[in-house]
Formats: sequence, C-alpha cells, structure tokens
Amino acid sequence: MILNQFLMLAAILFCTGVYGVLARRNGVMVLMSVELILNAVNINLVAFGAYHSSLGGGLDVSGQVFALFVIAIAAAEVGVGLALVLMLYRNSRSIDVDDIDLMKG
Amino acid sequence: MIAAASQPFMLTHVWIVPGLMALSFLIILFFGKRFSERVTSGIGIFFIAVCFALACVSVVNWVQRINHPVADTSADEALVTQPDGAPAPIAGQSDAEAIIGANRGPVEAAATEAAKVGESTTTGAEPAAVTEPAAVTEHGAESEHEAKASPIVTRWTWFGWGDIKFEFGFIADGLSILLLFTVTAISLLVHIYSKEYLHGDVRFTHYYAFLSMFSAAMLFFVTSSNTIQMLIGWELVGVCSFVLIGHWWEEKDNSDAAVKAFLTNRVGDVGLIVGVVITFYAAGATSFNVLHINQYALSPGANQTLLLVGGLCLFAGVTSKSGQFPLHTWLPDAMAGPTPVSALIHAATMVVAGVYLIARLYSVFYEGLNIGENFVNYIAVIGGITIVGGALLAFVQTDIKKVLAYSTISQLGYMVMALGVGAWTGAIFHLFTHAFFKACLFLGAGSVSHAAHHTFDMRKMGGLRKFMPATFATFIIGTIALMGIFPFAGFWSKDEVLAGSLDGQQQPYTFMLVLGIVGAAMTCLYMSRLIYLTFYGDYRGHGTPHESPKVITIPLWILAIGAIVLGFLNLPNLFKIGEIDYTTRFEHFVEPTFAFPEINHAEFNVGLAVGTTVVAAVAIFLAYQYFWLRKSPFLGVRDKVGAFAWGYKVLDNKYYLDHLYTDIIVGGVKGPIARASYWFNNQVIDTVVNSAGQGAAATGRVVYTQVDQKVIDGLVLSTGTGADESGEALRHMQTGRVQQYAALLFAGVAVLAIILVIFV
Repeated sequence: MILNQFLMLAAILFCTGVYGVLARRNGVMVLMSVELILNAVNINLVAFGAYHSSLGGGLDVSGQVFALFVIAIAAAEVGVGLALVLMLYRNSRSIDVDDIDLMKG
Repeated sequence: MIAAASQPFMLTHVWIVPGLMALSFLIILFFGKRFSERVTSGIGIFFIAVCFALACVSVVNWVQRINHPVADTSADEALVTQPDGAPAPIAGQSDAEAIIGANRGPVEAAATEAAKVGESTTTGAEPAAVTEPAAVTEHGAESEHEAKASPIVTRWTWFGWGDIKFEFGFIADGLSILLLFTVTAISLLVHIYSKEYLHGDVRFTHYYAFLSMFSAAMLFFVTSSNTIQMLIGWELVGVCSFVLIGHWWEEKDNSDAAVKAFLTNRVGDVGLIVGVVITFYAAGATSFNVLHINQYALSPGANQTLLLVGGLCLFAGVTSKSGQFPLHTWLPDAMAGPTPVSALIHAATMVVAGVYLIARLYSVFYEGLNIGENFVNYIAVIGGITIVGGALLAFVQTDIKKVLAYSTISQLGYMVMALGVGAWTGAIFHLFTHAFFKACLFLGAGSVSHAAHHTFDMRKMGGLRKFMPATFATFIIGTIALMGIFPFAGFWSKDEVLAGSLDGQQQPYTFMLVLGIVGAAMTCLYMSRLIYLTFYGDYRGHGTPHESPKVITIPLWILAIGAIVLGFLNLPNLFKIGEIDYTTRFEHFVEPTFAFPEINHAEFNVGLAVGTTVVAAVAIFLAYQYFWLRKSPFLGVRDKVGAFAWGYKVLDNKYYLDHLYTDIIVGGVKGPIARASYWFNNQVIDTVVNSAGQGAAATGRVVYTQVDQKVIDGLVLSTGTGADESGEALRHMQTGRVQQYAALLFAGVAVLAIILVIFV
C-alpha cells in the first residue's frame, strides 16, 4: 500500500485549515478551518492504521477508532464554538474576530 | 490463678499491704483538705488497721506454711537452680507465667510434674508467683527429713534485654512477714496516738498523709524481693523521715535537723548504691534478686573480695540509716520531729532498715566479712562501738527524747553487733522487741510532754508519777524491758545477742561480749537517771501536769504489754517442759532456710544470763544511790576528778563529731574551695562569658549591615523589580487577538517539528 497520497492530501488539507484559521476574519469560517485541520488528522490516523494492517499481523482498527473519537469531539467542539460565535454576535453585532480584543494587555 | 491457689493468698499478694497505704496517702493528700481532722485521721487509721489485719493473716499463713510444709508440695513445681548460683530462670518467655518452686528436693519430681507448669500458666497480667527452690533442690537426699518452707517470691519482669531481666517483685518469708507485722502494728498505734497528739496542728492533713506514705514506703521496702526495689523503698522512707522531722519547719532548728538527717543519710546512700551495683555484678550481672545474690555468696566459686567490698559499701548505707558510729549524729537531731514520728520512724521502724538490709543480704556479709571464722570483724566492731558510744552520750542529755534517741542508737548497735557475730536470730529478735518497748518509751515521752506543757527538757519535769500514773506505769515497763531485766522482752533478746557473742561461730567474739555487757550496764544507769529526773523528785515546771487522754494511754498500754510478753516468743530450749513446741518459735518461724549460711545458734547460757542480770542490778543500785539517796561516792565527781570533767566535756560536745563534720569537713570545703571557685568564676568564666557576648554583638552588627541589608534585602527587592520589569516587557505580547495567538502557536509547533526532523 502506498501511503504518500493520503499524507499529501492530509498535508494540503491541514495547510488550508491553518491558513483559514489565521487569515479569515469571520468567526464561522475560523471554526470551519479548525474542522479542516481535524479532518486532516483523521485522514492521517486512518491512513496509518490501514498501512499498519497491510504490513501483516492482522487488522489494526486503532487508527479508525481514534478517528471516530476525533469526529465526535469535533462535533462537540464546533457546537461550543458556534454557541460562542452566536453570543458574540448578540453582544457586538459582529462576528469578526479582529474586533474582539477585550483581553488586550 | 491456678498455681497460686495452693499458696495462701496473703503470701503471694503481700504487695497489697504497701499498696493500701499508698492509696491512703493519695486519698489524704488529694482530698484531706476538705475533710475534718476526724475524717482525715479516720482514713489513715482505717487503712493501717486493714493493713495490720492483713499482716496478721500473713503471719498466720506463714506459720501454717512452716508447720505444714508437706501440705503444699503436691502442687509445687521444682525449679532447678543452677549449681553455680546463677539465677533460676523465669520459666517461659512471658512475664505472666506462674511457677511454684518446690520446697522439696527430688529432681525426678520435677520431671513428673513438669506438665503441670503448662496448666498453671495463666494468661493476662497475673503475677508470676515463683517460689525459689530450697537448698534441698540441690541436695535431693536431704529433702525427706528437712522439709522446710522456702520464701515465696511473686515477681514480674519489669524490663530487660538479652539474659538480663529486671524484675519487680515481692518476697514473703519469715523476715519480711515479721517486719510487715511489726511496722503495721507500731504504725497503727502511732496513727491512733497522733490523732490526739497532733490535734489542732496547722498541718494535720499533711502529717497524716506522710505518716501513710512512710508506712507504705517502709512496707514496700521490707517486702521487696530485689535490691533495686529495696533502694527505692530505702530512699522513700528517707524522704518521709525528712518531711516529718521538718514538720514544724518554721523553727530554724527543726528544718536544720531535717536537712542534716537527709544529708547524713545521703552520705551512706552513696555507699548503698555502689554496694547494690557491686553485688549485682558479683552475682553474674543477671539479677538483683536478693535470693540470687545470697545464693551466689554461698556458692563455692564466689569472689570473696567482691563480697567484702560490696558488703562494706552496703554497710555504709546501714551506718547512716541505722545510726551507727560515726554517722549517728543525725538521729538525736531528728527528735525535732513530732514525738509519734520519733517513735515510729526514728525508733521502731525506719532506723532498723539498715539492720533489715544486713539480715536480708546476710550471706553476702557472712561470706564477705568471714563472720564464721573470725573473732572480730568490721560490722561487729562498729556495732560494739555504737553500743557504748551511744550509751555514754545518753548520760549528758537533758532532753528526754534525746536520751531515748541515744538509747536507740545504742540498741541499734546491739542489733548490728549481733549480725556481726553471726547471731542473726538474736539481732532480728532484738529488732522486734526493741520496736515495741522503744515505741512505748517514745510515746510515753510524748505523753509526758503533752501533759507538761510541751517541753522535753527533763529539768522542767520531775515528780510526774503522781500526776500521770498510766504513763508512769507503761514507761517503767518499757524501761525495764530496755534494761533487759528478767522476764521482760528485752532480757530475752539482749541475752540472745550476748550469748551469740559468747559462743561466736567457730571462735567466741569476746571483745563484743564485753562491749555488750558494758552497754547493758550503762543502759541501766542512764535509764535510771531518766526515770528519776522525769518521774521522781518535785515537779519543776510550771502549771499542773495532767494525765493524757485514753487515746494516748491505750496505745501505751498495748505497747507495754508487748514489752512484757513478746520475749516469750523465743524462749530458750532450756525452758522446754513437756511435749509442746513452744521454745525458740521465733527462730523456727523467722530464720530463713534458703540461701542462708549455716550459722551457729548459741544456746541459752545460765551463767551469762545471771551475770548480766547482776551487772544490771548493780548498775541500778548505783543509780539509786546516786539519784534517789544522794549518798553515792560518785556525787560531784565531775568537779573533783579532772578526767571526769574532761569526759563530760567530750560527751557534751558529742565527741566533737558535729564539729568535725560542720567545721572541718564542710568548713574546709566551703572556705578555700569556695574562694577558689569564686576567683575562677570572676576571672575565667566571666571573661569567657563577656568576650562571648561582645563577640556576638560585633558579629551581629556585621551580619546586619553586610548580609541582611545588602544580600538578603537586595535579593528580595530585585525579585520584585525583576517581576515588575519583565511584566512590563511581556505586556505587549498580549494583544487580545486570537489569530495572533494561533499564529504563534503554529509557529511554535513548526519550530518543534523542525527540531524533531533535524535532531531525531
């Protein structure tokens, strides 16, 4: 089994996600970019799991199990994140993350 | 306890007697202030009466044990003793085991009965009742015809390591039970007597508390089974003596007397402690038990030099406690205490503690001083000197109690001398009778003083026989007993001492016999003088004397009866008529049979008895001529003959012993040594102390300016400013912008990833 394509895809997705997190000003878009990062990781986990199984020694599902956990946690995380964005919007009529600098030192 | 059931309860539980008195002491001490005099004295009298009853029970038990020694052998277990005198093992490892040693011999019996040891082992904190095996254990063949009761030792392991076990125990044998009886009897009478004598005293409660404590300590002492415990009891009675002598401490003389008594006793106590340690190591350094020490002393391999040194060290303690020459000086001064205390402590019981100590460890003294083969030895000589020296001093005293005190010293000399010549039974018998008649005399003197306006000065008495007949009668009985006139108690005991000196062991102790007879004659003389000055002639005091109340005269009568009849307890074999065994009962019941030297029992010597009686009669006649008839050739001899005047001066100054102690020894120590130490103090110690102080101050200043101000404060301040400045610098990093934080995060991760790739 060839691992490279999977890793390349995951790297592209990860970099896209990092760009989104750092560059987008819309809070919802930042959350979506976080999802991209997490899913890049999921691809890696599943890919390494499959690769490990292909080396012999039987089926290894631990990579898939990790991926499932990550999906579940990502869902919870995005729920919390969207709730934060909603509260932000209600308070300041804006979801631009640049506007929120109340913790400035 | 199964095993103890075969032994009479009071013989295995003698500790109850001192325990009860200790309880009485605590009750009176803690609650006495709330009670009236009546209740306080009632508590004391009640407890001592119970103790007396228990002592009587133990006497009966002991008599039965001696008379029927076969009865309890069936339940006894043989405890085989090592032949070299090493201590009999405390069977098993537990300290709660019960073994009854056999008083009979056959070793095979031990094997057949060994199984019973298991049965008799009890759990819980029951004491281990150990009867030491009689000598017959080692000589099985003798057991059949010589079935004698051995002492009963009840003991617990106190603490120990290795083979050494410090035990805590109580001994019941003829000697301890005799003392148990004597002490409780005298103490009971003194408790009753004191109720009236100390009536209205400011420290009535205190007095009764310490009377109880003294009884407890003395009873503890006489029932102790090992030398450590004896030492404890010995010191406790010393403390009680100190407290009670100084009962009226507001007067300087009284508190001085108390301190003198205490310090003089300390001198001897040092010897006693050393002696205890020496005997402990001599006997194999495994046990303080008196029976083991005695056993060792009698064993063939005993080191005679060690025994001699140990014995002499112990005798130093005896010298101070029992008022032997030259440490007797505290005893007359101790008369500063209340009279009942003098009767109980300084005549009947505490002062005989030393005699008891010798009697208890008699094998040590017997072997160490080679009493059996000598015709003179240290103990006998000191005893003899004390007899004559004490009696001589009694002549020049004007204080009735001091005459009696010197008489006590002289009589204690008899006891010690008797032990020195090997007349063990004579000594203890004299101890026993003396306790009664001397207590009678002291309490009589107290009664006289109580009646004659609290004076003890015989120059202010005289003619009292008409005013106080009961006191007079009892006093006369006590005096006759003290003089040793047939058939009063003193006659029998004194005669036994003198017969013991005459017969000696292998050789007669002739010199001691002469001293004893001279002492007896002088006793008659000074007691006649005392009787004349107190009870005859005309009353020289002021006021009208009166007879004391019944609470005082009844104890006097009881003691007087004792002074008459107690001598019959040890009638010589000569008086044996018919089949009934009534002679030498005292010897039969009291003399130890275990670990005791084979002493020669002097037989009653008619010639000697008649001789001493004649000497006493002559002495009394001379005194009668001198005092009553005023026609003696000795009248005014002090003014006519220079030697007598000189002798009087020496006696009046008590052989200058007090000068020796106070001026020469104490003064010598106090003068030059005190000056030297003052100089040393000023020059050396003060310099050291001052320079140390100055050095400390200088160091302190340096530390303050250099270390505290610069280093420590600098550190503290720089911590603060450092935090302040770094905070100011780092403040700008916190922009509050999430994406900047995220960028930093990712940059950091990227750096870590690069490091990971490059270096790992």
